[in-house]
Amino acid sequence: MHDANANRAAQTFAPLTASAVLVNPVGLHARPSVKLTQCAKGFTAKIEIALAADGPWTDAKSPVKVMRVKAPQGATLHFRIAGPDGEAALAAMLALVHDGFGEA
Amino acid sequence: MSSLRPGNVGIVIVSHSPKIAEGAADMVRQMVGEAVPLAWTGGDVDGGLGTNVAGILEAIETAWSPAGVAILVDLGGAETNSEMAVEMLPEDRRARVLVCNAPVVEGAVIAATESSGGSSLAAVKRSAEEFYA
Repeated sequence: MHDANANRAAQTFAPLTASAVLVNPVGLHARPSVKLTQCAKGFTAKIEIALAADGPWTDAKSPVKVMRVKAPQGATLHFRIAGPDGEAALAAMLALVHDGFGEA
Repeated sequence: MSSLRPGNVGIVIVSHSPKIAEGAADMVRQMVGEAVPLAWTGGDVDGGLGTNVAGILEAIETAWSPAGVAILVDLGGAETNSEMAVEMLPEDRRARVLVCNAPVVEGAVIAATESSGGSSLAAVKRSAEEFYA
């Protein structure tokens, strides 16, 4: 359901991109991955993350895929977001990273 | 995200060891929060290592959600007893309970994460099973 909405949304909205440095001590390990996924699932926009500006991109709504990124502390996390609530989604995702996922 | 949403898929953890089942449930609560109905069961009726159908049925009842229940199991008997428990459910509930082919701890956390976002039972199962993909 989410995927279908996201794909439809992605076709009509230009993708927004931004990046943020992971500040929490252990990087994107299990708990932050869960928080990131939960946050992403609250939006209809298609939300992807990557460790480089040119990808490869990972679906931020998939907890297993996000954990497999294994982004360490100090890594730059890139976001690519497209959808009707893309701006709000981007702000929420960046706030989560800046905040160290509540554990920094 | 932390408010209880009864529409979310319930998660049941079944291990031969009650300590593993309870510990996995603790991880789910701490990592994912309170938004997902959750129950665990482990051990045989005499308190030894094993699983029992009555305990699994009780756990399914505790974690019941109209969206269904995903069961995470560890080894052999946990799976067969879970399948037996599903067979014993009232007919209208049977199709809304699925045993996942996923590691019990990781699968429980991932399934609960997926459920907390309001995903369907099929999506919850698929996500948990990505661990073996």
